[in-house]
Amino acid sequence: MSTPRILEVRKGLLKKNDEIAAGLRAMFIAAGTFAVNLVSSPGTGKTLVLERTLAALRERGHRPAALVGDLETDNDAVRLARSGAPVRQINTHGICHLEADMIGRHLDKWELDEFDFLFIENVGNLVCTSSYDLGEELRVALLSVTEGEDKPLKYPTLFNTADVAVITKADLAAACEFDRATAERNIHAVRPGLPIFAVSAKTGDGMAEWLDFLIGRRAERFAGVKEGAA
Amino acid sequence: MHELSLANRLVQVAEEAAREVGAARVTVVTLRVGDLSGVSVDALRFAYDVATAGTLLAGSRLELRPVAVRIYCPRCEREAELPSMQQFRCPTCGAPTSDVRAGRELEIESLEVE
Repeated sequence: MSTPRILEVRKGLLKKNDEIAAGLRAMFIAAGTFAVNLVSSPGTGKTLVLERTLAALRERGHRPAALVGDLETDNDAVRLARSGAPVRQINTHGICHLEADMIGRHLDKWELDEFDFLFIENVGNLVCTSSYDLGEELRVALLSVTEGEDKPLKYPTLFNTADVAVITKADLAAACEFDRATAERNIHAVRPGLPIFAVSAKTGDGMAEWLDFLIGRRAERFAGVKEGAA
Repeated sequence: MHELSLANRLVQVAEEAAREVGAARVTVVTLRVGDLSGVSVDALRFAYDVATAGTLLAGSRLELRPVAVRIYCPRCEREAELPSMQQFRCPTCGAPTSDVRAGRELEIESLEVE
């Protein structure tokens, strides 16, 4: 029997995921595809916001596509496909979040340079999704008015790792006695300076500002970069 | 509950490192866990026992080293430990800051092997 000894390892458990994500990120950028990761709890209305976002981007002459993660069923992919955008479902079969290699496997036979946006709708989960980089340029944390203003304080990691927050179901704010100022203060407590939008995908309120932001961020990211196979 | 996938990943990384040096088993795993890593320590401990069964890590002890969140204050021009995850501001001057310098770690620091 050998003597006990200490091995210095210093290896991150997410290193493999981070490496795959870095590869995806480079691929998206080379193709001119702006990848957006949507994270929230279940029932925030991610799918409806995304459906309307895809349709509106297409109306403005953009070419968005979407990957949608769910534990089971392809209901969300069917809903999103109504926007006319190419959509693929990722079933995680019990895994509570998307990982970078699942994204890689579902891009097969898609010509990325045909898309200027790729939306990735993560599994509804406020904890696990924040640990996994999917190669996105923009991580969007969604919060519905029905969830209450203090969600950001309860799940600081998710909001802290986001690049933008979207308050959804704004049309229900009055009925829920949702205090937008408090919600924004709480979001900014855990992530100072985070841009915040409030939308109602149902009535369309706030959607124009949200779309302008997305289009602006994409333009900023690719400013000076020649798109596609130049 | 992504702790089971993390625990499985931990076993892979630790077994690889142990085999590299020809160790027969791992007795202690020291893991650095940042407060902003999104990991539930209780769930991880539970998952650890499940994931290590039948591996070189079977029966080993998991030692967790929590890593506090450290921010950089642009006003004071220095790093500071964050006293509360609900307030990302400099504990000295109160300036809000999103510049996180530590606290996202999730890494195996060391292994005790024999």
